[in-house]
Amino acid sequence: MRVGDQLPVRTFRVTRADLVRYAGASGDFNPIHWSERTARSVGLPGVIAHGMLTMALAGRALTSWAGAADAVLDFGVRFTRPVPVPDDDMGAEVEISAVVTGVSDGQAELDLTASCQGQKVLGQARAVVRTG
Amino acid sequence: MPLNRAYVGRRLPPTPAYLVGREKIREFATAIGAGDPAYHDPDAARALGHPDVVAPPTFPVVPAGAASRQLRDDPELGLDYSRVVHGDQRFVYTRPVVAGDELVCEVTVAEITERAGHEFLTTRVDVSTMAGEPVVTVWNKLVVRGGA
Repeated sequence: MRVGDQLPVRTFRVTRADLVRYAGASGDFNPIHWSERTARSVGLPGVIAHGMLTMALAGRALTSWAGAADAVLDFGVRFTRPVPVPDDDMGAEVEISAVVTGVSDGQAELDLTASCQGQKVLGQARAVVRTG
Repeated sequence: MPLNRAYVGRRLPPTPAYLVGREKIREFATAIGAGDPAYHDPDAARALGHPDVVAPPTFPVVPAGAASRQLRDDPELGLDYSRVVHGDQRFVYTRPVVAGDELVCEVTVAEITERAGHEFLTTRVDVSTMAGEPVVTVWNKLVVRGGA
C-alpha cells in the first residue's frame, strides 16, 4: 500500500435474515433491528441494520485489503446515517472503499467510506492495519 | 432526565471473566459473512502464530457490550435506552482476541457532554486477560436524543 492508493470497492448485501443472525451472534436484540412496528414507532423508516454489523462489514473489507484476518490494529467509526433493510430477498447493499492516508513501519492508515444507496452511512471511519 | 454528571470518571469494578469460545468466534464470523480460515480453523490460526481461532476485529463488542449493561441498568445514571442511538465506536488493539482468552472488562465513564439538545455518553472498556495482559480498548459513544 502507498499513500494515495484507492483500495478496491467491496460490496456487501444485508438481508433481514442477516440481521437476525447478527442479533443472535452479538447479543444485540434491540427490536429496531427486527421489528418493523418498533422501528416505525421511534421514527425510523423501517427496520435498520445494527451499526455494529455495518462496522463488521467494513472490518471484512479491511482484512481483505490488508491480506490477513488479524491485521487490524485500530479501527474507529461514527454512525452517521441508518442502513434501512427492506423485507425482501435483496435487502440492502453497503459499499465500502478506502484510501491510504499514511504508511510507516509495516502499517498503513486508511480512511474508509461506507455508503448505502449513494448516502454515506459512516463518518470519520479510520483504521490502522498491519501490512507486513 | 439528564445523565448524572457525577458518573464522569467513574470506573466500574472488573467484570467476571468472559471465556472466548471457539464456536462463539465461528458463530460471530459466520454472522458477518467472514469466511477467513483463521476465524474458523485452528490450524489456519496457528499458521499465523495464534494459539487458536482469531476473532474478527469487531468481536470485542460482545464482551464489552455485556460489561456496559451495568451502566444501562443503573437507575442512578439515568440512561433512557429507548432514546439511545449508537454514535461512535472504536477498537484499539494490543493483540487480537483468540479462542481460549479469559477476558476481564473494566468500564470507565470517560465523558458526558451535550450539544444541540442531545447528550453524549462516552465509555471506555479496557479488555485484558485474567493475568492482566492488555488485549484491546473499546471506545463507545452513545447519543441520547433529546436528553439535554
